[in-house]
Amino acid sequence: MSLPFIIIAFVTLFAAAAAMSLRNLVHCALAFVVAFAGLAALYLQLDAQFVGFAQILVYVGAIAILIVFAILLTRSGDTPNEAVLAPGWIYGIAVSAVVFTMLGWAVLNSSALPKQTPPAPATTVKNIGDLLMTKYVLPLEIIGLLLTAAMIGAVIIALKEPSKTDYSGRKT
Amino acid sequence: MTPLQGCLLVSALLFAIGFAGAVTRRHAILALVGIELMLNAANLNFIAFWRYGAHPEALTGVMFVIFSIAIAAAEAAVGLALIIAIYRHKKTSNLDEVKELKG
Amino acid sequence: MSDKIQQVFETFKHLSLVEKIDQLFVMLKQLVLACVPEALQPLVSGLLSVVLVLSVFPGVFAIITVIERKGLGRIQNRYGPNRVGIPFTNIRLCGFGQFIPDGIKSLTKEDIVPYAADKVVHFLAPIVMLIPVLLAYAVLPFGRNMTVADFDAGLLFFFAVGGAVEVSVFMAGWSSRNKYSLLGAMRAIAQMVSYEIPLILSAVTVVMIVGSLKLTDIVAHQSDYTFGIAHWYVFTPWGFVGFILFFIASLAESNRCPFDLPEAESEIIAGYFTEYSGFKFALFFLGEYLGMFAIIGLGVTLFLGGWTSPVSFLTWIPSYVWFLAKMIAIVFVFIWIRGTLPRLRMDQLMNFAWKFMLPLALINIVVAGIWHFMCHDWQRWLVCGAIIFGAYLVLGRGLMRNQKLSKRIYRYAE
Repeated sequence: MSLPFIIIAFVTLFAAAAAMSLRNLVHCALAFVVAFAGLAALYLQLDAQFVGFAQILVYVGAIAILIVFAILLTRSGDTPNEAVLAPGWIYGIAVSAVVFTMLGWAVLNSSALPKQTPPAPATTVKNIGDLLMTKYVLPLEIIGLLLTAAMIGAVIIALKEPSKTDYSGRKT
Repeated sequence: MTPLQGCLLVSALLFAIGFAGAVTRRHAILALVGIELMLNAANLNFIAFWRYGAHPEALTGVMFVIFSIAIAAAEAAVGLALIIAIYRHKKTSNLDEVKELKG
Repeated sequence: MSDKIQQVFETFKHLSLVEKIDQLFVMLKQLVLACVPEALQPLVSGLLSVVLVLSVFPGVFAIITVIERKGLGRIQNRYGPNRVGIPFTNIRLCGFGQFIPDGIKSLTKEDIVPYAADKVVHFLAPIVMLIPVLLAYAVLPFGRNMTVADFDAGLLFFFAVGGAVEVSVFMAGWSSRNKYSLLGAMRAIAQMVSYEIPLILSAVTVVMIVGSLKLTDIVAHQSDYTFGIAHWYVFTPWGFVGFILFFIASLAESNRCPFDLPEAESEIIAGYFTEYSGFKFALFFLGEYLGMFAIIGLGVTLFLGGWTSPVSFLTWIPSYVWFLAKMIAIVFVFIWIRGTLPRLRMDQLMNFAWKFMLPLALINIVVAGIWHFMCHDWQRWLVCGAIIFGAYLVLGRGLMRNQKLSKRIYRYAE
């Protein structure tokens, strides 16, 4: 576990914790961007170049912008005055601590994990492209359909309904 | 602690943080953000197992993560559109106040 | 150590003089690396490349700001800056020293941060803009064997860091707590996101034909010569359309006229730059221009053959000189367009992106596929050209459909 890995992991976890605990939503969104960038750096550390760059392109360049737009369109850009935590938040934190303990114990004490580190795989984008076109072509087409459906659905859901005026002249 | 275990611990902690945030915060968008963090933690798991497991030349982990990122993008778009539509209707994005089926 | 230097000279000895000048920077870098202990070599190698990029491109930025002001001035029938030479000396440079006082001015101006602004985000926004833009230079091939980091997925890296600029635009606009800043930032992000799609789709055609995302491979595929003319992709029908689409989309990505509604002075004061003064504004300005150079550099690499020369009898000119010359030629066209065309309104801008450029980019991809699979003679030029021309006519008529062009009516106050 090299030093760059530890530093990037710390930055990512700190940013994720900040994203979930800050009061101001826009600060949460910006901490989220840092967490995504940290994750992309972790992918690059693990020799998954294509996935790391795709993570930045999709998450930082698109999903983070979407979240920011949604925050502004729902007028949540100011620091809220009321409580930000749901009632019963302590149970949520307790359950997540239990989840992490279980997962951590399983990771540290499992005998199914491989002990040796294999050499870095020589993946090229060409291999990914070949696989996408031969073995994984059906998921690729389905993803295309899914993205089209999601796009059209998102536009329709968020579309402003044409305003109707009722009998007293008020607009609904 | 092998590098694989280090990566898996990081991803488990990220998952726990995302879960805690999704469950404890009141704002709808932050619940979605928590879900995205959990998805990302699972992606990190896949890449770690791909890199340190058997047969990394089969690229299975990388393929799974590519599709997972695409699906997460689609789900984030639809989820945020839903939140905007609910806000327009109920004028609030507080999950505790959007608890009635009426309207 | 001196025998390592001897080794470096040995590897370069067999090149002719023209090739030696071409590989001058590569040779210098190898020489410096030979004098450095083994453990530090990757670090020093990276540092040298970074120093080269950081010294050349801000220098080009400084000269281009002056040329832009003079060029815009001449287009608008006035002189631009024409007096400033080198300060404190008697050297007259006809205005080309203007960037020195400009730089000093921006460094010494008072840095005003609004009282209600979000201090941390306000401070970080120029930095978050500059870092991805500088990262984008890492994958551009400036000359033969002169890429800072030759990734296997280099083109994807470039577009990924281009997407990171939008976050900084939002940070700048939101942290100023200014309605106009926020509005300008939202418009800028909407414009950048809309034009990113035709940009990437027009680059996809090149990737399809080359079969690789590596930028050095893309340049290598364009370095053959037929009858003395190079095989640049801009000389093919799909490449020409792709280049035009890439050009227009890069105008929009850099927020240049005619797409500068988010930051135009007569529209929205300065958009998301409004509350920035002094050095932070200079950083934004630098980031914007460096981003423009980076995306022009990518356009040159993808469509105009990168560092190759257009005609086979001019290959003796060094490769980095060709790259810079092509880049500066396109910057001149950017400046020319800025001085000539009126600004597009926001809805016209978005209509243009989604209803004209996106369908044309998709049809261009199909045409590139047809080009690749048809037999390699003159018929494919005809077929591809006809499809593209037909698509352009249909889409253009579709855009113009809502404009009812009628006789102009004059209304006078009674």
